[in-house]
Amino acid sequence: MTVELSSFLAILAMAAATMLTRLSGLFLLRHVSLEGPLRAAIEAIPPAVLMAVVAPTALATGIAETIACLVTALAAFRLPMLAAVGLGVTCVALLRAVGL
Amino acid sequence: MGALFYVTETNRLQEMLGGMRSIAPLIAAVIPIGLVFGTVAATKGLSTTEAGLMSALVFAGGSQFVAMDIWTHPAAWASLGLAALLVNIRHVLMSASLAARMQAFSPRARAVSMLFLADEIWAMAEFRARVARLTPFWFFGLAAPFYLAWVLSSLAGAMLGALLGDPAVIGLDFAFPAVFIVLVMGFWKGADTGAILIASAAAAVFVQHFVPGVWYIAAGALAGLVTALVAAGRKEGCVEQ
Repeated sequence: MTVELSSFLAILAMAAATMLTRLSGLFLLRHVSLEGPLRAAIEAIPPAVLMAVVAPTALATGIAETIACLVTALAAFRLPMLAAVGLGVTCVALLRAVGL
Repeated sequence: MGALFYVTETNRLQEMLGGMRSIAPLIAAVIPIGLVFGTVAATKGLSTTEAGLMSALVFAGGSQFVAMDIWTHPAAWASLGLAALLVNIRHVLMSASLAARMQAFSPRARAVSMLFLADEIWAMAEFRARVARLTPFWFFGLAAPFYLAWVLSSLAGAMLGALLGDPAVIGLDFAFPAVFIVLVMGFWKGADTGAILIASAAAAVFVQHFVPGVWYIAAGALAGLVTALVAAGRKEGCVEQ
């Protein structure tokens, strides 16, 4: 039930960063139109960030992880989130069990 | 005429219940994710209180999963804050868009509401704004149960995770890379998305190999952003010709 100071500071930093993003929209000038390349660039940020986070695990950890990531990605086109995640987790557990 | 705009207690209750009805299916979907978050947080060495505190104060699933991926002992607040900023930068656009739909809110109610702008809440609110006027009571009915579900399921997951032991044996360490991949695929819009993802992945793996810390996330974001700019610029050039 303890809270370490470093953990607490990290949580506060994350909370402050998140609040900043959520409140700053209120102060954006409404007439700034987000069209064309700028809009495309901003829309690209979330998938690019998520991909960057997962890339070292997906591509530079081991064969089991790479295969399981591929399976999860394909499953995500058809299955709901929890099913796709379950399939990925099962896949990685099986592949590790056989020694990959 | 005045009666039309007079908000009675019954109206307020109906608005609140309407918001709750809208969010119900998403609560069912978020509880398992909260459980997974709490479980993984516990296996990363966070105490139950720390995991619950993070869910209560940050309340942004994507960035919390990223934080677990790069969590160290002791925690590096600058890296974690930067990562949260990068992952949540989309909220700037989401809040700007939703703010335009909140004419019925006082400035204070608007600001408080924005603090609860998780992806799911934003999506439901935008959807509602297309067919009806957004009210603070409807938004409260939408946000409050979802927030509680996220915090409580994180706490439950953290208590559970403390009992589970090494997550790698049952592949549970893979749960959040898997969640991320599902989220990434949710953004899929065709070949342009593929190019963005390839650029981001290549830059991230390269930078992560040579530079310590979380700079690989910034590198991947930048590479994806530049790729999108180039693709959009090329398209615009084609139209002009």
